[in-house]
Amino acid sequence: MARSSYSRQRPMGGGFELFAWYFMRISGLLLVLMALGHIVIMHIINSVEVINYAFVARRWAVPFWRVYDWILLALGVLHGSNGIRVVIDDYVHHRGWRAFCTSALYVLAFVLLVMGTEVLLTFTPGV
Amino acid sequence: MKVELFIRRFNPETDTKSRMVRYEVEVEPTDRLLDALNAIKWYQDGTLTFRKSCAHGICGSDAMLINGVNRLACKVLIKDLGDRITVEPLRGFRVIKDLVVDMEPFFAAYRSVKPYLINDEPAPRTERRQSPEERERFDDTTKCILCAACTTSCPSFWANEDYIGPAAIVNAHRFLFDSRDRGAAERVDILNSKFGVWRCRTIFNCADACPRGIEVTRAIQDVKRFLLNARI
Repeated sequence: MARSSYSRQRPMGGGFELFAWYFMRISGLLLVLMALGHIVIMHIINSVEVINYAFVARRWAVPFWRVYDWILLALGVLHGSNGIRVVIDDYVHHRGWRAFCTSALYVLAFVLLVMGTEVLLTFTPGV
Repeated sequence: MKVELFIRRFNPETDTKSRMVRYEVEVEPTDRLLDALNAIKWYQDGTLTFRKSCAHGICGSDAMLINGVNRLACKVLIKDLGDRITVEPLRGFRVIKDLVVDMEPFFAAYRSVKPYLINDEPAPRTERRQSPEERERFDDTTKCILCAACTTSCPSFWANEDYIGPAAIVNAHRFLFDSRDRGAAERVDILNSKFGVWRCRTIFNCADACPRGIEVTRAIQDVKRFLLNARI
């Protein structure tokens, strides 16, 4: 890991790192509140025994809860994958491995987001 | 009192790996660690190599890893270290010999933030005036002595040496928040890059390590907010 020369790399510039940092703050805050709301509804107000297919179907009959769950999903995936991106940036130094890890991460995040969105949009009770 | 010192030594001409060497010295409890190192160098083993200069905590030469934390050898007292003391070179830099590390990458990062007053406006007839409040804004970061204790205590820096590190950001803060300075645009590119402030994970090791008591992590957060407000 020895530095090849003492001249420092040219900065990449751009606002992405700043945006990512700000996004982590806001999404983190929202996730705490929304995840707590989720826990209160699913584990405190309603006992775990009553939560079944019918319960979810009833809940998702109201568009509000579909939007709520989608925001929870999107923020969770984006916040989590940005965190992993940062860890990869810190610790994976080999260019090839870093490209591989980040690509795998983006693909996984994309797949999770698309699958979750698809379920939320197309779910019809009783089918 | 008698103390045992375990010093991590490395001679580039003969060693492939560093090794811990044990010394025993007679010191006063109120002596500084630097006095103990001098006692070894002057009376026991002249080959022991370390940097020192002013010996009064202001030149920043003798920062080292003392009992596992970064401290200045000239500021920390024997009585606060116990009678078994470990001394190692700063982490994250190439060791040149014994406790001497190659500080060039540190100063390259320092230079990259342009740590000097930039102001192209025509010089006023008298001095550039500043209110006590405006001076207070960056007072904390004027105290930096460039000892590298903060940067070499930072896990983000250990993980990736391209990170410019806390010390460079502290010195950018010194001028970013100076009401007389106009050079923000020239400093923002490096600070706002992947290797700038966004690598800080708010671990607070830097603030703990600073022998001048600078609130380093707060200064870094100040710069993050500065960039946020400047770009949105």
